[in-house]
Amino acid sequence: MIEALLPVPTFLVSLSGVMNWSVGFFTTIAILGIVTLGLNIQWGYTGVFNFGIAAFLMVGAYTSALLTLPPAGDFQSYQLGLQLPVVVGWLGGAAAGAVLAFLIGMPTLRLRGDFLAIATIGMAAILRTVANTSEGLVNRARGLNGIPRFMGDYVEPSDYRWVLLATCVVALALVYLLVRAVTQSPWGRVLRAIRDNEATAQAAGKATVPYRMQSFVLGGAIMGFAGALWAHRVGTIAPDSFSDLFGTFFIWTMLIVGGSGNHLGAVVGTLVVGFFWFGTPLIQEDLPKALGTQVFVLRQFAIGLLVVAFILWLPKGLVPEQAPVSRFAPTAHRSALDRLRARLGGGESAA
Amino acid sequence: MTEFAQLLVVGVVVGSIVGLGAMGLTLAFGILKFANFAHGDMMTLGMFLAYAVYTRLDGTAMGPFSVGLAMVPAMLIAMAGVGLVAASVDQTVYRRLRRRGSASITMAIASLGVAIMVRAVIQLIWGPTPVRYATGINVAWTLPFGLRMRPDQVLIVIAMFALAVGLYLLLFKTRLGKAMRATSDNPALADISGIDTERIRAATWMIAGALIAVAGVMFGVQSQLKFDAGFEFLLPMFAAVILGGVGNPWGALAGGMVVGISQEVSTLWIPTGYKTAVPFVLLTVMLIVRPRGLFGPKG
Repeated sequence: MIEALLPVPTFLVSLSGVMNWSVGFFTTIAILGIVTLGLNIQWGYTGVFNFGIAAFLMVGAYTSALLTLPPAGDFQSYQLGLQLPVVVGWLGGAAAGAVLAFLIGMPTLRLRGDFLAIATIGMAAILRTVANTSEGLVNRARGLNGIPRFMGDYVEPSDYRWVLLATCVVALALVYLLVRAVTQSPWGRVLRAIRDNEATAQAAGKATVPYRMQSFVLGGAIMGFAGALWAHRVGTIAPDSFSDLFGTFFIWTMLIVGGSGNHLGAVVGTLVVGFFWFGTPLIQEDLPKALGTQVFVLRQFAIGLLVVAFILWLPKGLVPEQAPVSRFAPTAHRSALDRLRARLGGGESAA
Repeated sequence: MTEFAQLLVVGVVVGSIVGLGAMGLTLAFGILKFANFAHGDMMTLGMFLAYAVYTRLDGTAMGPFSVGLAMVPAMLIAMAGVGLVAASVDQTVYRRLRRRGSASITMAIASLGVAIMVRAVIQLIWGPTPVRYATGINVAWTLPFGLRMRPDQVLIVIAMFALAVGLYLLLFKTRLGKAMRATSDNPALADISGIDTERIRAATWMIAGALIAVAGVMFGVQSQLKFDAGFEFLLPMFAAVILGGVGNPWGALAGGMVVGISQEVSTLWIPTGYKTAVPFVLLTVMLIVRPRGLFGPKG
């Protein structure tokens, strides 16, 4: 789903080429950053193991598309087509993500973490199967086309990418503020307590399963919203765009590289892994031919390697989680950069 | 009725492949204590290793089968190869995490990283285009009651039985098997009883790798080899493992049969496109009703 969006790298030589590429790149990063923040709520804060991110992106994207598209025309068959405003579609996408999280969470959140992982990866597979197979639901493998753009009628097509970039960056900022607010609240402290030691949290009188569910649903809603943003950005979605590799594993890599358990880490990870991934095509032409053709597979290999390497040697990621103490305590005043320096200087030991 | 019986036969064949893989997956799950998401891609590695060897040997078909005797050494090399790869990954990745006392979830994430790497390597070496062990058609035998079964499919079911018996003998008639069962039940107790649990873990990876390699080869014999073919089996295998109860190889084998048969027979009532969703539905029902598995211990 990710590949489609970036301009062909040959234009890069010129300044306007750099500009073109950057606008597309940062728009992508903003949307993926929102997804990573959603995963950070689930995994980073609560330890809920979601391997089916693709499923949440998919329901968000499809719900929003079906709410905003016109009714199905000739040679198409899909439900709804209500022609509602795009903003309603976004909200619908978020709601769909939340509902999906609730439905998956009901039977599985009480179980051990790896069972939840299996259930969520299975949900992504089943949704792809249904979308591909079910006649008259979402136009099957042909996908949905011509998904309307947010404010697309008011802006010149040539300037639209700026509107898009601004929209996505504002959305990322809003989601960032939202997750920061909720995780700094007492509710967020309970989540971390559950993640670190569920038995202790229970002993302290917290019903941990409802908290896990709330966190899973909030993360699901954020992912659904990001999926909706994505759908209106690309204009065309098909079931196979939401693969496990790009829809799920890519996001995990971003969170692990950035550092799970803090929001800045999630965004930094998205930027770093995203630049690595989308930047690879830029250097492809300068590589020897044999390497050039294999570069996309090598890049995939490197993504797997990044995850394993970070888990082994830098388990806290580039921006380690801040110790959850009072913000008036001395260490809390250190900036993320300070902590990064301390880490590179060999300050903190890996847990 | 014939239609049902025919689907049942196909279901047993699919179930054999799923069950073979699930036996290894559940052994590793029970002894290593984490869900190994790289198991599906190890299956792909097995089928391609056998392909590499088989195509270098004299590949004439034997009797009614589509592959020849050269598949025997090819499969043995694939079994050893996948076992070695799995054991070396354990040495370089999972062992460090174990020593550090990492959560099983961390290892599961690492295993997904390993899965992506293995798949990329397979794509690098063998390319993205599907290949086959042998060309030509495998003429089906007609069994009593008008059932039809291809010789290759008979081979698959026989391989499943042979390996299940072999695994039984290994687990219950050898010291290694006894030590493996002890490690699975209680690793700490096994450790202080003088069992070298690290050696047991290495042996477990070798065995799980060998089993999944056979599953890969058996799948390859009746289908085409593609770099993501094994990953498609990951969910059915997990469904079989959970149906049978984690750590129970016979449960996994039975679970594999349930998955394979229900998947095929379901096409009597639902469109064929949905059949891949059937194992997952089974899995979900199982997680709600009886998460310890069909044959799991009480409580």
